[in-house]
This record gives sequence, structure tokens and C-alpha cells, in this order.
Amino acid sequence: MDIASVIVAERLQKRFGEFIAVDGVSFTVEEGEVFGFLGPNGAGKTTAMKMIQCVSPKNAGRLLVFDMEVDTHPREIKKLMGVVPQENNLDPDFTVYENLLEYSRYFDISRQDAEKIIDELLDFVQLKEKKDTMTEILSGGMKRRLVLARALINHPQMLILDEPTVGLDPQARHLMWDKLKNLKSQGVTIVLTTHYLEEAAYLCDRLVIMDHGRILVEGKPDELIRKYIGTDIVEAENEPVVIACLEKNDARYEVVGDMVQIYTNDPQKTTDHLLKECTLRKITVRSATLEDVFLKLTGRKLRE
Amino acid sequence: MSYFQIPRLSYRVWKVWLRNKDVFVKTLTLNFLPPFLEPLLYLFALGFGLGMFVENIEGVSYARYIAPALVAVTIMYASFFECTYGSYVRMYYQKTFDAIIATPLSIEDVIAGELLWGATRSCINACIMLPVIAAFGLIELPHSLLIIPFSFLGGLVFASIAMCFTAIIPNINSLTYPTTLFITPMFLFSGTFFPLSALPEPIQYFALALLPLTHVVNIVRALTFADLNQFLIFDLAWLVVASLIFFVLSINLMKKRLVV
Repeated sequence: MDIASVIVAERLQKRFGEFIAVDGVSFTVEEGEVFGFLGPNGAGKTTAMKMIQCVSPKNAGRLLVFDMEVDTHPREIKKLMGVVPQENNLDPDFTVYENLLEYSRYFDISRQDAEKIIDELLDFVQLKEKKDTMTEILSGGMKRRLVLARALINHPQMLILDEPTVGLDPQARHLMWDKLKNLKSQGVTIVLTTHYLEEAAYLCDRLVIMDHGRILVEGKPDELIRKYIGTDIVEAENEPVVIACLEKNDARYEVVGDMVQIYTNDPQKTTDHLLKECTLRKITVRSATLEDVFLKLTGRKLRE
Repeated sequence: MSYFQIPRLSYRVWKVWLRNKDVFVKTLTLNFLPPFLEPLLYLFALGFGLGMFVENIEGVSYARYIAPALVAVTIMYASFFECTYGSYVRMYYQKTFDAIIATPLSIEDVIAGELLWGATRSCINACIMLPVIAAFGLIELPHSLLIIPFSFLGGLVFASIAMCFTAIIPNINSLTYPTTLFITPMFLFSGTFFPLSALPEPIQYFALALLPLTHVVNIVRALTFADLNQFLIFDLAWLVVASLIFFVLSINLMKKRLVV
């Protein structure tokens, strides 16, 4: 298969004084895919993003974006890229329309072309009727959509999004997801970070889970769930009898507070077995999710 | 990273200048008020009020003596405050620089654009102020028209010095230090409202060696008096050298702050 790698990172490292934020990670992002970076706060996701965006120099390793070195070709790389940063950094001195027009100038887009592109983009992110509004009075969802439109002003081949839906209500979040799916179908490569694991599972073709600056796992969401958890999770109450019974049966389980989670690929059999052999009072079965993988791999301890 | 590494700039510096110009135009009336009103207030209070008690100073009326100082001070204020409070707000609160460097512009381009814009603000304010003062017949024409191009150079010196402070202060309140310890003494002791020669000799040398406003006042005054002398070459050279040094230094300091 002839698929070009849009990003190639080899033993990429970033240090802040003594602290190693990104600790020798290697990954590749292929053209046209949606690639996710997951991880607890401080895992190194945003730092990795900033190195890809050519705004934070790497300390060691190799990083190629569009086959160009980030250290030597930042302008060329940035020309082909759109960025949705974690924090909305819209220009509060300008209206919605002016924000896009100002931004188009940074990419050397002529006024005439810019006006056409901006009309299309305002349609795409459904902000046409807000075009003369100052950005400060937009709602959170509108601001986010405007940042997305701004990132698309140069028709980027790759879009980088750092927590694109943080703080949005479900409607706004779904609208954002629609837009990203739409862009993917147009062939745009998308790299994103998120704390919402259902978002990652829904959007990402492939993802990595990072912690302490390293990549713990890499793969497709479904495959990761099956590999690390199984198809389903049976939840029972955390009681000594239950634990004893599970130990006897060699079950794969984890204790979470006052609950026990049993990983399984055959929930019917597991449930029957548990109900029959162990005297269980309450039991629930649910599908395993990416969140289960995430918590299993990164632990439940609070960060920061 | 060296403090005096020559920045690699591109034509895109101009785009940052344009961005600031666009904001300025949006609030034009507001921006016109200070340089229009301030010389009137100072001229009435000091020139014509206090001036009543001053026979003359170096052979000219007091109003005529301080008129060039008012222009020099506005050159200083316009770019200094643009590149301290203005730039700091854009950098830290509005994240405007972050947004711009996600495009083909580099941080060097952004800071250079800010500095050139700061100098332009000095130029604009001088342009607004000159007709006001000229209306009182306090300046010689056409010599005084040379103040317009000169105000860009003068502005660039203060913009670059301001940007150095902006690059090293921990928070916006700390800008009180350079304002109170540097700008205010300069406002008073640079031959603005009384001749430098009235000060003890060591202070005169200090002002000539280290206070950029002294040189700006010398040049502007020579132009409004239409009385050019060879010492102005020294003033001009001082300002050119200072603007080059601080222009490069401020960009490197900003890189140190922002590129992590």
C-alpha cells in the first residue's frame, strides 16, 4: 500500500530543565487518518503537539512533518497545517469576519480569495449570521467553531486539535464531531488530543495513550479494548466472598472502590458462572470502553 | 541562545504591523484624543500659566521652549506604552502572538512587527501634535516637518527598550518599575522643561549618556527652533546605535521568554 506518512517521530524528546515532558516517543501518522493522543494531565500530549506545530523546539530525536524537518522548515510546514489550540486565542479586537480576514493575511492569501474562503468557512461552521459580532460575546461552542474555521483558512492538509471539544455542551460537541468527520472525508489528516474517551473512540482511527512522557500503547480503539479488557465488563459488589470466588476461578478482574470489575469476552457465561458459583447479590453487565483501557493503563490516582 | 543573535526576519513582519494598524483604525477617535488634547493642556498650564513667571529661557518664551519637549515626550510615551502594556496584553492575555506563530510567521517576525508598529505610533502622535503646536506659532516651518520622519527613529528606540522590559517582567503590574524609575525621571530631567545645564554636571553627563529622551529633545528642539548645530550628529548617532542594540536584544529576550 502506498500511504505517505504525514508525521514521523523517532525517539522524540523534550525537556524543561530537569523535567522530561516527552521521553523518547516514536510514532507515525498516516495521510488521511484521524490520530489521537490520550493521556492524563501532564502526560506530554500538548508538548508533543507543540513540537509538531514547530513552535516548541525538540531536544532530541527526529521529527518530520510532511517529510520536512521541524527545526529547519517551520514556515513551510506551518503553511500546510491548521491548528486548533487548547485555549481559544481568537483576536478580541476584531469581529468574527475580521478574525478570519486577518488570519488569511498571515498565509499570504489575497483579499479576493480570502473573501471567498471565509464565506465558505462561515457556512461550514454555521456562523454566517454572526460574522459582524465581536468574538468576546460568542458562546463557547461558537468560539470553538470559529477557531476551527480559522484553522481551515489555508486549506490545510493536516489539522491539529488540542482538546477540540473541551467545555462544550453535547450539542456543540456533536456538531464539532460532524465537522471533523466531514473534514476527514475530504482527505484532511487530523491529529487531536482529548480527555473524552468516547470522543477518541468515535473519531480516531488510531491512537496512543501516553503517560509520564511515554507512549504506553498504540492501536485502533476497538483493538485496544479487546486486547486489554475484552468485549464486556461484569460489575459486582466488592465483598470478600466475591473476591475469593473470582480468585478460585482465575478471573481477570480489578477492584474499583466498592465494586469489582470482571473483564470478559463472554458476558453470558461469566454472569451465569458467577451467579451459580458465587453468591452474588447484585450484578451488572456493560460493554467495555476505551475509558476502561485508559484507567487500567494509567491508574486511578489523581494527577497534578 | 545569544542575546545579540541577528534575528531572521521575513517580509511577514509587515502583516503584524498591519494587524495592529487595523485595530488602531477601529478605535481612531479614541486614539486621536491624547496627542491632540495633551499638548493643549500642557501649553496652557505650563507654557502660558507657569510661563507668565518665566521671562524667557535661553532667549525664547517658555511656551516656545517646552513645545518641542512636548513632542519629544509624546514620541516616548506612544511607543513605550504601546510596546509595554499594549504588547504585554497581546502576548499574555489575548494570546495574539500564539495565534500568529501557528501560521508561517515566526516569533521574530511578530516582535519586529510590534516594534515597528510602536515606532509608527510615535510617528502618528507626532503628526497629530505638530499642527496643534504650530497653530500657536511655537515652531519654525518647514524645518519642523523633519520631526515626522525623525519621530519614527525616536519611537523605535523607546519601543525596543519597552519590549526588553515586556520580555523580562513577571506580570503586568511590574511595568510600574520601568514607568516610575525610568520614564518619569526622563520626562523631567532630559532638558524637557528646563535646560540640562541647570543640573549638576555629573547628572548632565548621566542624562547624555543614558537617557534617550535627552537626544530626542535635543533634535526636536533644534528642528522647531530651526537652529541646527553639529552636536546633533552625536544625538542622532546615539539614537541609531541604541535602536539597533535594543531592537536585536528585545527580539532575543522575547524568544527566550516565548520559545520553550
